[in-house]
Amino acid sequence: MTAPSRVTTTAPYLEMDRLLADPVTRTILCCGSGGVGKTTTAAALALRAAEQGRTVCVLTIDPARRLAQSLGLDELDNTPRAVSGVDTSGGGRLDAMMLDMKSTFDDLVLTHTDGARAREILGNPFYQSLSSSFAGTQEYMAMEKLGQLRSTGTWDLIVVDTPPSRSALDFLDAPHRLGSFLDGRFIRLISAPTRVGGRAYLKVMNAGMSMVASTVSKVLGAALLGDIQAFIAAMETMFGGFRERADRTYQQLKDAETAFVVVATPERDALREASFFVDRLSNDKMPLAGLVLNRVHVRREGSLAADHALRLADEVERLAGAEEPTTEQAHPATPEADRTTRQLTANLLRLHATGVQVAERERRQLTRFTAMHPDVAVASAPALAGDVHDLAGLREVAAALATR
Amino acid sequence: MSTDKEGSVDVAESGSWRGRPRDWRRTRLHIVSGKGGSGKTTVSAALAIALATGGRKVLLVEVEERQSISEVLDVPPLAYEERHLVTVSGGEVVGLAVDPHDALMEYLALYYKVPRRAGGTLERMGAIDFATTVAPGLRDVLLTGKVYEATRRRAKDQFVYDAVVVDAPPTGRVARFLGVTTDVASLARIGPIHRQAQSIARLMRSPLTAVHLVALLEEMPAQETIEAAEALRAASLRVGATIINMVRPPLLRPAELSAARSGQLGREAISADLASVGMRDATAVDLLIDEATAYAERVALQRRARRMLRDIGQPTYELPLRGGVDVADVYELARSLREQASL
Repeated sequence: MTAPSRVTTTAPYLEMDRLLADPVTRTILCCGSGGVGKTTTAAALALRAAEQGRTVCVLTIDPARRLAQSLGLDELDNTPRAVSGVDTSGGGRLDAMMLDMKSTFDDLVLTHTDGARAREILGNPFYQSLSSSFAGTQEYMAMEKLGQLRSTGTWDLIVVDTPPSRSALDFLDAPHRLGSFLDGRFIRLISAPTRVGGRAYLKVMNAGMSMVASTVSKVLGAALLGDIQAFIAAMETMFGGFRERADRTYQQLKDAETAFVVVATPERDALREASFFVDRLSNDKMPLAGLVLNRVHVRREGSLAADHALRLADEVERLAGAEEPTTEQAHPATPEADRTTRQLTANLLRLHATGVQVAERERRQLTRFTAMHPDVAVASAPALAGDVHDLAGLREVAAALATR
Repeated sequence: MSTDKEGSVDVAESGSWRGRPRDWRRTRLHIVSGKGGSGKTTVSAALAIALATGGRKVLLVEVEERQSISEVLDVPPLAYEERHLVTVSGGEVVGLAVDPHDALMEYLALYYKVPRRAGGTLERMGAIDFATTVAPGLRDVLLTGKVYEATRRRAKDQFVYDAVVVDAPPTGRVARFLGVTTDVASLARIGPIHRQAQSIARLMRSPLTAVHLVALLEEMPAQETIEAAEALRAASLRVGATIINMVRPPLLRPAELSAARSGQLGREAISADLASVGMRDATAVDLLIDEATAYAERVALQRRARRMLRDIGQPTYELPLRGGVDVADVYELARSLREQASL
């Protein structure tokens, strides 16, 4: 049992308060697979930074209802609003907002086009579908919104919760995918007939490509194709390219002002996902601050080894069984009651053993992660009985994360 | 929404499930969803084995390109090709990983006689990426379309598969995954995709299909399960069983739990018991009592989560927490499901 404890301590500690206080850090992105507590972590870190004096905005994606309420996010209006109940005596402030991807996309259209064009785009069925249900749109719009919030200069720290994707990597990949699609050859091909010079474009197509074009129109149907063409034509003038825009935001994530925090729970799947993400950040030279490990069960001081506790439980139980109710005893107390407490004591010891086993299993999972990523700093928060849905709970989580 | 389009009674809404659990026999398409981390892949695999036991042929489908089934059942990675996975007392589970690229190629070849070389051109043009990655809902239509085809496939007047089990996307996305066909149908207002989407939607909403929700006895996952059930019902999809996974066996008896919650565990008696086996450390007693109190608190929260989940009003099955989940555990869970659901 000494081995795991030694290995665990080899993981450097993620100096959370230093990260939150560092004026260079302007953006913290909380990434990780679904269900690991990204939203809670983002909100907790934002609250702590605000109460330590920074002007903070937390951008949440899909918070649980009660947590959203405690942050004052009752309405989805895409505008950061001050969170009440925050201790502002240190001169800080906390604003919170929940991403509305459709209205972010709408705003994007409105700010980049004139009224008539905007109306045309907003009313287009293809656009409506794209902006509300496309795989990747949420990620794209989260990045877009982050870019907007950063550019206002209103906050000196923005903490971002990332969309609940299948994989943590989607947050990094989806915007580029959407951008590539909108700027891609294919969409140009199918929109060709409505473009100036479209004929010429068609002429250079080989037989294979015209077969593609005809297949596409057969498969999609003329109406949908028409919608797509109209959408592309209307969008064309709007940006210097979607891909370019996505790539620019992506590049911004590499700067020194950004810190990625990978969130996981001490379970195999969550840590594997975290591991992929850490590798990816490293390959793309993106700034990783460290790993936040949520819902950790720790062995408390004075705890027994699991097998020791189980052995004691068996012994206590044996003693209980040996005392037949009819046996004469030195103390004429109620043997029945004694046996009940003995059973209770045995049960308590087994409960203790189970807890120790869970803590050990989790430590082994973290040990594996740390073995593969020895330089990744770790901060952890203990498992709580219930969910976090108020500021007091967030403070508690943040305080745990900021404690070695 | 008690009847579907063909006018037959939607059994899930008739309120008579509890008395007639064997009605799962009529369900040919089992969609399994759940919050991330709830173990839905393990439950899907266990359900497929449970359904196959006794001589049925079941198709187990993966749609998220994660190869989790291969991990859970300790078999080679699944492919876009139906392959034998396991044999269970005369029955068989066949595996299939639906990949949107391959599904699109198959679709084009089947309905449009698009030859292979055109497929290559489509690929280079980014058309395949268009259809599978970013086209609104087309990806889901391709995935559910393959499930639709396999569920209805017949050979010599008999269904090829007695049942199809789909390890579906998590609760946050499942209603859209299954109901996306509606989005697509409204977007592609006419044409072959429109027709295809409508056929899929009809199967998904028929009494032949049930969407099972894998849940955990924790507040937020339970809440999400309830919201998922509401969303499914709003989309006219039939909610199947609520499968509570990773249930821990009780470690303390009810009287002990209530004593722990009210701070009435007999400190001295416990202390004496510990001393009788040579354990005289006073801090140990405090630790045990603290742990029992926290545990009793958790059990109370679990009870509340269980009540919430029962309120969904569907049959509820409970599966025990397994240490690691290896293949033997999956069979054990399958046996438990068979017993509880009378499969």
